[in-house]
Amino acid sequence: MRYFNLSRWWSIVLKEFLQIRRDRLTLGMIGALPIIQLTLFGFAINTDPKHLKTDIVLAEQSEFTRSFISALRNTGYFDIEDALSSQSEADAALASGRAQFVISFPNGFSAQLLKDQKPKVLVEVDATDPTTTANALSALNKVAQSALKRDLNHVVHVVDSNSPYSYELMIHKRYNPEGITQYNIIPGLMGVILSMTMVMMTSLSITRERERGTLENLLAMPVEALEVISGKIIPYIIVGLIQCTTILLFAKLLFRVPFEGNMLTVYAVSLLLILANLMVGITISALARNQLQAMQMTFFYFLPSILLSGFMFPFFGMPKWAQIIGNVLPLTHFNRVIRGILLKGNGWVEIFPNVWPIMLFALTVMLLGVFFYKNTMD
Amino acid sequence: MTTADYAVTVEGLNKHFGAHHAVKNLSMQIRQGEIFGFLGPNGSGKTTSIRMMCGLLTPDSGSGTCLGYDIIRQRAEVKRRVGYMTQRFSYWEDLSIRENLDFVARLYQVPNRKAVVDETLEELQLTSRAKQLAGSLSGGWKQRLALAASLLHKPKLLLLDEPTAGVDPTARRIFWEELHQLAAKGISILVSTHYMDEAERCHRLAYISYGELLCQGTSAEMIQQRQLTTWQITGRHLVQLNRTLEACPGVEQVVAFGTALHVSGTQAELLRDTVEQHATREGYDAKIIDTSLEDVFINLMKTSEGAFN
Repeated sequence: MRYFNLSRWWSIVLKEFLQIRRDRLTLGMIGALPIIQLTLFGFAINTDPKHLKTDIVLAEQSEFTRSFISALRNTGYFDIEDALSSQSEADAALASGRAQFVISFPNGFSAQLLKDQKPKVLVEVDATDPTTTANALSALNKVAQSALKRDLNHVVHVVDSNSPYSYELMIHKRYNPEGITQYNIIPGLMGVILSMTMVMMTSLSITRERERGTLENLLAMPVEALEVISGKIIPYIIVGLIQCTTILLFAKLLFRVPFEGNMLTVYAVSLLLILANLMVGITISALARNQLQAMQMTFFYFLPSILLSGFMFPFFGMPKWAQIIGNVLPLTHFNRVIRGILLKGNGWVEIFPNVWPIMLFALTVMLLGVFFYKNTMD
Repeated sequence: MTTADYAVTVEGLNKHFGAHHAVKNLSMQIRQGEIFGFLGPNGSGKTTSIRMMCGLLTPDSGSGTCLGYDIIRQRAEVKRRVGYMTQRFSYWEDLSIRENLDFVARLYQVPNRKAVVDETLEELQLTSRAKQLAGSLSGGWKQRLALAASLLHKPKLLLLDEPTAGVDPTARRIFWEELHQLAAKGISILVSTHYMDEAERCHRLAYISYGELLCQGTSAEMIQQRQLTTWQITGRHLVQLNRTLEACPGVEQVVAFGTALHVSGTQAELLRDTVEQHATREGYDAKIIDTSLEDVFINLMKTSEGAFN
């Protein structure tokens, strides 16, 4: 056979098997990766998130408000957390992302109800991420229709039994009233793109030197670990900022994403995310023995970043343990910050709770990188 | 001699890689301004020894100094003052020749960097090709570039790990002329090699096998130490004779050199009898010659193999 010889072909097959068997990390990845990913993402991802944080502004307490609230609880979508006392507190809770919903009962709610004056219940929703709140909103509408029927039946003589419901729900979608998903996706994509390119580019940097043999030369020269690591990431910081600008321009001009907040803050936070990801990349690079391993580790970091950060699936739909993992990842916090700045006009005070975790992450990973980078060939 | 007269002194160096004992109790000295040849088969521990001397590897035990600095505790000082040329070309192939030199000069904080780089390019006769990528150079040019780059910071000691492997004879000759010029300027040079002609160009030599230093001294001293008698035998059917002689008393090694056999052994009388019986009487021409360095190295290699197998 001129074009295909079975024994020649088999020799290639055998050689490939032998080489895969030699590469322990790849072998481990082949076995463990599907298991880790299935259990991690299979259990964690939930597109119908429940237990959304809900605050209540109660001007008065009554039988009716209590049963309304307990009906909300029973849907499973709402975790009633705090009773707030004023509208300004409600605004702050929504802006900082501490609450997805704020439900306000007006003063004299019970009295108006009994007089059939159709009191108005104000429901404010953080609509930056429309998919997170969509199902909860439809559940809310159902509750509204049925919740108070039984309570009102006791006092049936004052209520027109034909009226479908005796109070009005005013749903107020904040920040993204039209529920445009792109407003949520585009700023999120910024963090995803930065994470992918930054980590991938730097994860190859030291590994490449190792594979080409230039690392030995570099190590023989009088240069310290911190100089190599920080020196190698500088060009990528600039690359990252250019990417950042490109994405922001597209977001503004093509997708018409609102830019409510300060652009300087956007860049400062983006710089922080770029740094955190470059640290991850350089640490992977110090650990990996060859470029293939570096790529595998990059994906090992990148997949949870995409799936558990709240970018692709609602963060609050995930079980607690998955939220803990998500909260370690810088992308999770960056997504909240960037949406907060662009869509809600957040300033430093509101975003700080999500800024320090990125700083802490970057610092920890940098120390790990310096620790793993060996200044000798031992 | 005091330690100040030595560029390198190491004492009882050991290095393990897992279960493999790569370097065993290595002790050696390299004098100021001499070219010291480091010989031994592949995998004998030459590269590991050199890496320990320039601070690239930490010895498991033992001590040493390089240009007066401790090779374990004062690595940064050692690295600043030593020029090291790796076995494989290890400059950046995706940088141009000038960019490589410029990078190295900056890293070593060479004063008057631009002038020094220009001068180096001039000496290398690469000024016209300065913008060419280092990866596009031929083997001989790569090796000259590597040597020039490792000399940019004017080191007092050069460690060269098989610098001429895979380089053509002319380029090797030019390279060795450069080494002798450097040595004449007072630079000490440790060079590992497999080539006999190169070994003979060194002032002093050491032979290492299976991580153990077997022999060191000038080439004359090494030849004398082994006390070998060597016969040169010429004639027909040397292949058959080779096989016969190998099993005979007094013969430690038979090596074919073109149209002649070199038969060597330490027991001169026994060897003479054997040669007379099997060669002279069978019509071969046989005469005693001076034992060459190559005969000695082959002998060293054979005896160390015997001891370990």
